[in-house]
Amino acid sequence: MAMIGLVWLCASAVAQEYAQVKSGHELQFPRDYGSHPQFRTEWWYLTGWVKDAKGRDLGIQITFFRNRPLVAENNPSHFAPRQLLFAHAALADPANGKLLHDQRAARAGFGLAEAKEGGTDVWIDDWSLQQTDSGYRARIAARDFSYALEFKTTQPVLLQGEHGLSRKGPLPAQASYYYSQPQLAVSGTITVKGESFAVSGSAWLDHEWSSEYLAKEAAGWDWVGLNLADGGALMAFRIRDKKGGTFWAGGSLRAADGRVRVLKPKEVSFEPVRRWRSPRTGTEYPVAMRLRAGGLDLDLEPLLDDQELDARASTGTIYWEGAVRARAGGKLQGSGYLELTGYWRPLRM
Amino acid sequence: MRAPAAPTLSPLVLSPAVLFLAPLGQHKGRLAVSVLAIALGVALGYAMQLINAVALNEFSQAVRSLAGEADLEIRGPRAGFDEMLYPRVARLAQVAVASPVLEVEAKLPGRREPLRVLGVDAFRAVQVQPELIGNTSADRLDLLRQDALFLSPAAADSLDLKVGGRLALQVGLSEVSLRVAGLLRASGRERLGVMDIAAAQLALNRMGRISRIDIRARSGADVAALQARLQAGLPPGLIVERPQSNLQRNASMSRAYRVNLNVLALVALFTGGFLVFSAQALSVVRRRAQLALLRVLGVTRAGMVRMLLAEGALIGAAGAAIGLAAGYLMAAAVLQRFGADLGAGEFRGLHPALHADPWTSALFFALGVLVAVAGSLAAALEAARAAPAQALKAGDEQTAFARLRPAWPGVTLLALGALCTAAGPIGGIPLFGYIAIALMLVGTLALMPRLATTVFGLLPRPQDAGARLALAQLQGAPGQAAVSLAAIVASFSLMVAMAIMVASFRISLDGWLDRVLPADLYLRTGIGGDTAYLSPHDEARIAALPGVRRAEFLRIEQLLLDPGKPRVALLARSLPRDDPGGRLPLVGDERLPRPGAPPPLWASEAMVDLYGYKVGEVVQLPLAGQLRRFTVAGIWRDYARQQGSVIIQRDRYIAYSGDRNSTDAALYLAPGASPAAILQEIRARIPGAANLESGSSGEIRARSLHVFDRTFAVTYALEAVAVLIGLFGLSSNFGALVLARSREFGMLRHIGMTRRQIGSMLAAEGALVSALGLALGLALGWVIGLVLINVVNRQSFHWSMELHPPWGLLALLAAALVLLATLTALASGRRALGVDVVRAVREDW
Repeated sequence: MAMIGLVWLCASAVAQEYAQVKSGHELQFPRDYGSHPQFRTEWWYLTGWVKDAKGRDLGIQITFFRNRPLVAENNPSHFAPRQLLFAHAALADPANGKLLHDQRAARAGFGLAEAKEGGTDVWIDDWSLQQTDSGYRARIAARDFSYALEFKTTQPVLLQGEHGLSRKGPLPAQASYYYSQPQLAVSGTITVKGESFAVSGSAWLDHEWSSEYLAKEAAGWDWVGLNLADGGALMAFRIRDKKGGTFWAGGSLRAADGRVRVLKPKEVSFEPVRRWRSPRTGTEYPVAMRLRAGGLDLDLEPLLDDQELDARASTGTIYWEGAVRARAGGKLQGSGYLELTGYWRPLRM
Repeated sequence: MRAPAAPTLSPLVLSPAVLFLAPLGQHKGRLAVSVLAIALGVALGYAMQLINAVALNEFSQAVRSLAGEADLEIRGPRAGFDEMLYPRVARLAQVAVASPVLEVEAKLPGRREPLRVLGVDAFRAVQVQPELIGNTSADRLDLLRQDALFLSPAAADSLDLKVGGRLALQVGLSEVSLRVAGLLRASGRERLGVMDIAAAQLALNRMGRISRIDIRARSGADVAALQARLQAGLPPGLIVERPQSNLQRNASMSRAYRVNLNVLALVALFTGGFLVFSAQALSVVRRRAQLALLRVLGVTRAGMVRMLLAEGALIGAAGAAIGLAAGYLMAAAVLQRFGADLGAGEFRGLHPALHADPWTSALFFALGVLVAVAGSLAAALEAARAAPAQALKAGDEQTAFARLRPAWPGVTLLALGALCTAAGPIGGIPLFGYIAIALMLVGTLALMPRLATTVFGLLPRPQDAGARLALAQLQGAPGQAAVSLAAIVASFSLMVAMAIMVASFRISLDGWLDRVLPADLYLRTGIGGDTAYLSPHDEARIAALPGVRRAEFLRIEQLLLDPGKPRVALLARSLPRDDPGGRLPLVGDERLPRPGAPPPLWASEAMVDLYGYKVGEVVQLPLAGQLRRFTVAGIWRDYARQQGSVIIQRDRYIAYSGDRNSTDAALYLAPGASPAAILQEIRARIPGAANLESGSSGEIRARSLHVFDRTFAVTYALEAVAVLIGLFGLSSNFGALVLARSREFGMLRHIGMTRRQIGSMLAAEGALVSALGLALGLALGWVIGLVLINVVNRQSFHWSMELHPPWGLLALLAAALVLLATLTALASGRRALGVDVVRAVREDW
């Protein structure tokens, strides 16, 4: 899962106009790789760890959001804001001390910004994420850096929850369709300050869509997706209530041999170990966590503390999205991304 | 004015300062008039400068906040262009952001002032013009909601609307209601509404069209190269330019108007300077003995000049100080009442505040002082030049005037003036026209002593002793009379010139209105607003009304022909097939195109001046993105638009543009049908017709003339004030001149002349001088009037007018002037004669 409530769509829109997540619905590919414009919110979320030629670790994040605001459904204008697209991109480099990030926002239309149906193909101007024969290709031209990266699929799609239906709360409607592509093999070029260098590593893609994501009691969530060193994949999340307690939780653990274990709310716990306060926003994030999920007991330690992403200009919120290492008893078990939302202000979705 | 008391010189207090300051107190009247004239000139100039600075500042702020960080913008005709240009521009590699904008002047039902409404894509606009993004603390989605409108604080104020209120826009003849969702961050004072671009296209019936694309270039991109590349790919009628050029273009629109008012200020300053000159000249003459005494007492020539100039500077400083205060008040009042464009409608929507800039104030203060000092210069030099011994003797005054007599400078100035009338405008300003007027004025004044000598020398000697003496006096001492003469000529010629120009303009306008308003009843959808229109359906219903013999419709569109110039109005009119130009107020010949040639177009005079259109020539107009060819069939006079306008046939316009709507209707009624009844019928039968403005040709005519009178009233009232001050200066100078001759009158009494005879002599002198002044003033004024009509007006406003001298008014002015001069002479004479005869001559040792 991942991300960020398009605060754009805050609660006022009438839900019945949106398509609803229904249990028993089977995801179909390649159709469901593409956009689902009838639903309110959707995202494609790529996070990963790469190394340059010198062996330096870098974290990368590329996210495209789609939102249907339901404000201009009947306006025949080509400008009618029927679908909104947002994108975030970030580069975590410990040498830089803080996250480099940038964002885009546009209404879909005129071929300048689109989210296509039938296969992953989404772009805003010169930012794009496309499905290829072997996986995905991303092109991002951010203010401080740019990405030209290929993501090669090495494993089958991992359907989250019950056959791709991921519950987010006690009510049946509080759910999303959700699948992941763990263990993507990354290769390509990153350019920072005019200097280009080749990188390779492994990444994780989430694709999730829903019309009623977050219950109104919820304030935000902690989410983690880890590519395990043995080839396995762990996803775990908890949705926090407004007091910081756990409102809902879930996850899945796919072993190296492909067996998937869906985690029940009680099987997942996040325990803050160390907090970091953002000097820009004053927001405090539990950047180091003790994660217990599916029998694993992992210490999550960030690549660098300052991986706060200010997305007020696009999706309207501030969150922490950071590369983390997972260790057990000091031994590296895997790496991935930790996402902490709703710490700045409660998220409304 | 008081009779000059004999100076009581005590050796103990004999300081130069006393000697200089004392006389200042002695001719308070003349002084006051000089100060007043300077004050008026400074006040006018300063007020214009303040108003203009405010207007430009407001406008540039508005442009800045509207254009934001845009490097370039693409603009086109007022009706906009195809939105499909937007993705093409946005995809260019050097373009960082392209922000599409739909901009309309929306008609508000029941309100005169339209509201500028911008439809923007908030996602793009925020990157280029953040000030156009509404404040949405409550719900950001309001930026996209289709009923949401964000108002600038100034617009919310002037419309008396709060967040949550509703505002109706007139579209066609019906209304669209919008919710005021919030205020804009824009801090400027422009009245503005912003909504989502898709919502605007739908609500304002502009589907598929945008009117502007604001572009931010990629950092490091060559903006000039990008501009050139964009321009090469644009359809005809669209231009890409830097946002600042928009500012320049709008500034140039108001420039002609502004310069005309600035010239008024210069006229007032000129009058002031001239009054200082004449007052000082006379005062120096009258104090000749005193000044000579000072020289004897050891004051050097340079010291003398300095002190006399200081006197002038004092007058100038007093006038300038009063002028600054008055100018500030005047500017504040004008801004309050008319707005920064003096009611010309060019800065519509701006409600500015006044700021006095210390540098400007200092400049105008210095100008006032400088004019007064310059006016004193001739007198000061003359006083310094006089030989003390000679000057101490009485009866030496005439030598002072004798020196002002060489003829060649005047002739040269007049010749130069005549040459200047042939020159074209400089940057749209008839600079040489103004210079010509100034040269002619100064040249004529310089020739005055010579002219006086010649003319008075030619006159036959009359029988009457008084008149004979008067003529003899004028022939013998023409220099003295020349000062009065110059004052009359300066005042009267300016008066005549203005009167001729205003009368010519007004009568020409009257005749023009007759030509352009042939129908019985006129309807229009609104001033300024471009969202209101008559649909073909409305047109059909109006034309089918019983009592309507014929209905003609008009569509006005604005085309951009030249990036550096304001838009040109395109009038698409239904004209009769057989004689299409017959209805137009044509100037010169009409030549309809031969069969097969491009269709006819009638261009306004401004098109000739600004774009070089000629009858018979084939021109191209960008209509709906394509260049269309037309043949210029005739030139017409358009008093309604200074920036150029063309008329084409409406069916041709519809064929080229597909735009079937119209904005104006002219109805010819059946015999016996009353306009009022037809209007009632229209209101009853056509939905939304309450939003139509209407008027019979008589009403529109009356309204237009009223607007003319109001617009020019301010200008001419100020002109009249300047001229009146000149007249008062004249009479006071004349009086002073007579008083200076009290010794002469004493002598005449001694040799047996009666008071009556001396009185009639003075009256005759006054009449003779003023008659000559009037004749010269009329001649000079006539010429200046012609320069105003054919050079200044033509170059400022690009329209011609016929010469219509207001004979009655001129005769009245002339009579008033002669009377005033004669009465002044008599009154001064009576006071001069009041001086004891013996005492008067006793001074003459």
